[in-house]
Amino acid sequence: MHSIKFLDQPPRFLFFTGKGGVGKTSVACATAIRLADAGRRVLLVSTDPASNVGQVFGIRIGNQITAILAVPGLAALEIDPQAAAQLYRDRIVGPVRGVLPDAVVKSIEEQLSGACTTEIAAFDEFTALLVDSALTADYEHIIFDTAPTGHTIRLLQLPGAWNGFLEEGKGDASCLGPLAQRSRLILVARAQQATLREVARTHEELDAIGLSQQYLVINGILPADEAAQDPLASAICAREQQALQTIPDALKRLPCDLIELKAFNLVGLPALRQLLTTAIPVTIHTEATSIAIQAPSLSILVDDIAKDGHGLIMLMGKGGVGKTTLAAAVAVELARRGLPVHLTTSDPAAHLSETLSGALAHLSVSRIDPHAETERYRQHVLTTKGAQLDAKGRALLEEDLRSPCTEEIAVFQAFSRIIREAGKQFVVMDTAPTGHTLLLLDATGAYHREVSRQMLSTTTHYLTPMMQLQDPKQTKVLLVTLAETTPVMEAVNLQADLRRAGIEPWAWVINNSVAAATVHSALLRQRASNELSEIAAVATQHAHRYALVPLLKEEPVGVERLLDLAAGNA
Amino acid sequence: MMPIIHVFDPALCCSTGVCGVDVDQALVGFSADIDWAKQQGAHIERFNLAQQPMAFAENPLVKAFLERSGAEALPLILLDGEVALAGRYPNRTELSRWTGIALAEEKPQSSCCGGNSSCS
Repeated sequence: MHSIKFLDQPPRFLFFTGKGGVGKTSVACATAIRLADAGRRVLLVSTDPASNVGQVFGIRIGNQITAILAVPGLAALEIDPQAAAQLYRDRIVGPVRGVLPDAVVKSIEEQLSGACTTEIAAFDEFTALLVDSALTADYEHIIFDTAPTGHTIRLLQLPGAWNGFLEEGKGDASCLGPLAQRSRLILVARAQQATLREVARTHEELDAIGLSQQYLVINGILPADEAAQDPLASAICAREQQALQTIPDALKRLPCDLIELKAFNLVGLPALRQLLTTAIPVTIHTEATSIAIQAPSLSILVDDIAKDGHGLIMLMGKGGVGKTTLAAAVAVELARRGLPVHLTTSDPAAHLSETLSGALAHLSVSRIDPHAETERYRQHVLTTKGAQLDAKGRALLEEDLRSPCTEEIAVFQAFSRIIREAGKQFVVMDTAPTGHTLLLLDATGAYHREVSRQMLSTTTHYLTPMMQLQDPKQTKVLLVTLAETTPVMEAVNLQADLRRAGIEPWAWVINNSVAAATVHSALLRQRASNELSEIAAVATQHAHRYALVPLLKEEPVGVERLLDLAAGNA
Repeated sequence: MMPIIHVFDPALCCSTGVCGVDVDQALVGFSADIDWAKQQGAHIERFNLAQQPMAFAENPLVKAFLERSGAEALPLILLDGEVALAGRYPNRTELSRWTGIALAEEKPQSSCCGGNSSCS
């Protein structure tokens, strides 16, 4: 059996990190089973919002340490980050509800509804597991299917953030020092260029704050055998190999394991025991073919969008779901109909916007660099508002400006310069502010000031920017997701967040669907059938209208391929 | 005995409030001023509405203020339990007056009040 590098002499703590849908939870489960099978006592902690650890083992786990009887030595715990955040809010808000005025209580709740709160609350839930105590003494390894971001760790290093934890007498912040030495961080990715770039950033950020023991796992690689059977499989193989060959330099020096895509569902012990083996997968050679399912194409959605003649179209979704590509496809479809369109993207690679510049009449393209915008915003604040501060004050301010909200705000401010054009033509953006940010911006009046200054209302009647975003005639939000459990769950959360701000997502777009393609490969057919229940859930429970975009043989670069994508031609 | 200053902040997203949607110059400056006053031995405590709402609910004066004027009227600054300022943060001169801490490197005034003359 091939040896897995990240399993070599594992330390006490193993953290798996990576964006939704890469298979963190499966890899974490498989690791826990592997170590337990080797005679270790292991605790598996999941904070996946769509945690299926219980389902994987066929038992109910929930928010308490539960022994997995089928695997001697293994116990598991599931932390629901949304529930943890709710508990955290209740702990703070509960005692004053009905005591302080309702409007005041509401303002507190909104302040505590951000992504930071969710992340901190989830981390808070498992901090007790990071110090030696009676609770953890029984375990030799504690495996987390998530890792805090650099921002959370920095926040937690600030003494203030540890208060709640310390007051309860669970431990001492000084215990955290050696934590880095006892921890291994396993970055889980897929063989896709965009995903690998994102992982490289995570690596650098966490390395910079002392989590230097890092390993890379590239999951779900399509085995070369499959390529022979199927043109789509062959194209995917070639694309994945290309991504592996051009892996970012920062990741090259990390010990790396490659895990092949499995034809079976990763549920149940036998399946998970096989995940980390690289034995030749059993490929079933049959003549069977799965035919692409019938579902609305992106082009059909664009027919509806085009009717209004102008408006703001924002594509929203987690990183890596293909927002930029889909924004480009929507823009190209609109321009093809002779409608004036401005496509503006935050595409880090820039190749997409470059290939479209000047490609179509009616289409103009611009690009902003989120990192550059954020840095410019930070520097602006530091040099203007931080000008009077001493070194200590500046350091504090710099830290505060590293919050994820800062980036979102900086990017949205850059985009808001372009939004005003949406009264006369179409503006298509590959990003959108979260409902939380909008509510905060609206509450402080900052957004109002910012945008009204830039919109210099050309209309006679005054309309607030928030009203513009809430009116589906003027603004349409398209939620982008993949036909997989975790990405769909993440999109459901984004939708709930937008609804709090009074914004109803207009449609959902499911990208990279294998079920929407015609495939022969056994592996791809398995994947296609796994997608069906997720597609059904989006179509019947989550979306007012939706479109299905097939996984493509070629990267959808250029006008022709984007039109093919929108039409649903795999 | 130096008086105790209690600062009741509006709901801030972090303890200093400068990571939010629009960095407020007043908060940046006040954070620095507090730091300065504390180093001179002042007793100052801050309460963030988003993190310690109980501190607001338990103080009858603060609670009544919120009921009357709402969270948008914050901050509220108490000096030994009495209202000293509301609706804005104190500047360094005010902190100095309340605590008796001398402002550093103060140039003698060269206005009409300079020297020995009286300017009544």
